[in-house]
Amino acid sequence: MAKAKGAIVVDTVKCKGCELCMVACPTKVIEMAREVNAKGFHYSQMGNPEACIGCTNCAMVCPDSCITVYKVKA
Amino acid sequence: MDIKEIVKEENLVYKKSMVLTDKEMHYCPGCTHGVVHKLIAEVIDEMGIQEKTIGVAPVGCAVFAYDYLHIDWQEAAHGRAPAVATGVKRLLPDKMVFSYQGDGDLAAIGTAETIHACNRGENIVMVFINNGIYGMTGGQMAPTTLKGMKASTCPFGREPQQDGNPLKITELLAQLPGTSYVTRHSCHTAAAVRKTKKALRKAFENQQQKKGTSLVEVVSTCSSGWKMTPAKANDWMVENMFPFYPLGDLKDE
Ligand SMILES: Cc1ncc(C[n+]2csc(CCOP(=O)(O)OP(=O)(O)O)c2C)c(N)n1
Ligand code: SF4
Ligand code: SF4
Repeated sequence: MAKAKGAIVVDTVKCKGCELCMVACPTKVIEMAREVNAKGFHYSQMGNPEACIGCTNCAMVCPDSCITVYKVKA
Repeated sequence: MDIKEIVKEENLVYKKSMVLTDKEMHYCPGCTHGVVHKLIAEVIDEMGIQEKTIGVAPVGCAVFAYDYLHIDWQEAAHGRAPAVATGVKRLLPDKMVFSYQGDGDLAAIGTAETIHACNRGENIVMVFINNGIYGMTGGQMAPTTLKGMKASTCPFGREPQQDGNPLKITELLAQLPGTSYVTRHSCHTAAAVRKTKKALRKAFENQQQKKGTSLVEVVSTCSSGWKMTPAKANDWMVENMFPFYPLGDLKDE
């Protein structure tokens, strides 16, 4: 069966570090950066990019619409 | 596969709606208001009604909603959004009109406007963000505050003998003949967010079909007011809010 491969791009300037995307990701792709953005928040990033399936769950729950999702059939 | 090969325009499956402005929302991290704003923007976008939609913004945390969606807006005095929406819709019946209100706005100071707009069956959409407290002013007890729930004006928890009972205004509104669609949702998981979006879409379609009032309640978190992390607030909501405010359709005619 063809498995989908995904990737996300986070608007790290807008991210408020709420961690809701991290909780919503079914494959544990997302981690919070050690660094903070200009607002002082630990922004979200792909810690485990290989696991992303492009399901858009993280983007759906993000209150600040920070996440763009891409997907290919691998 | 290299990320650079995936991140290409032709592989795009989700991006921020064009109906949302680029202005950074003033809401606290994890706030449900931001999720619901996004869903309304997506529904407006997908229905192609951006040019004809007029929102009525409340007093409460969402007072600046007019800065966040590229549509026409009218700000209303505290609790008066359904009355203002009534006027807008009656004068401009071809426009799509919705009110956006918190529980302090819709179920406390604006109770009369809410009940009478629903009872008249005004052909509008009402979006109701129920976080159980007055978020903007510092987390005071609202009519919707649960029994035993702590708020800044009931620091030991709501005590019905002294503070009155929590109000299920949505159940009350479902009994009125003017409402056609009354439903309760949440945004604590991606699946729940998708359901809320479907409900909002249906509410706007009902308005196109002149069905009367559609009310979409979203049981919401206020992590700052509740003094919890956003993820903890979601868990608390599931455990404590959902038993008293169960999700699902209350009315669909
Ligand atoms: C006439 C009037 N009375 C009181 C206030 C103070 N006030 C501002 S927001 C608010 C409550 C908002 O709570 P809610 O509607 O639940 O919205 P939230 O902030 O939680 O989203 C109150 C009482 C006001 N602005 N105007
Ligand atoms: S698209 Fe799905 S799999 Fe990829 S990071 Fe987001 S939630 Fe995780
Ligand atoms: S849900 Fe959005 S704002 Fe919250 S941490 Fe993730 S990207 Fe940042």
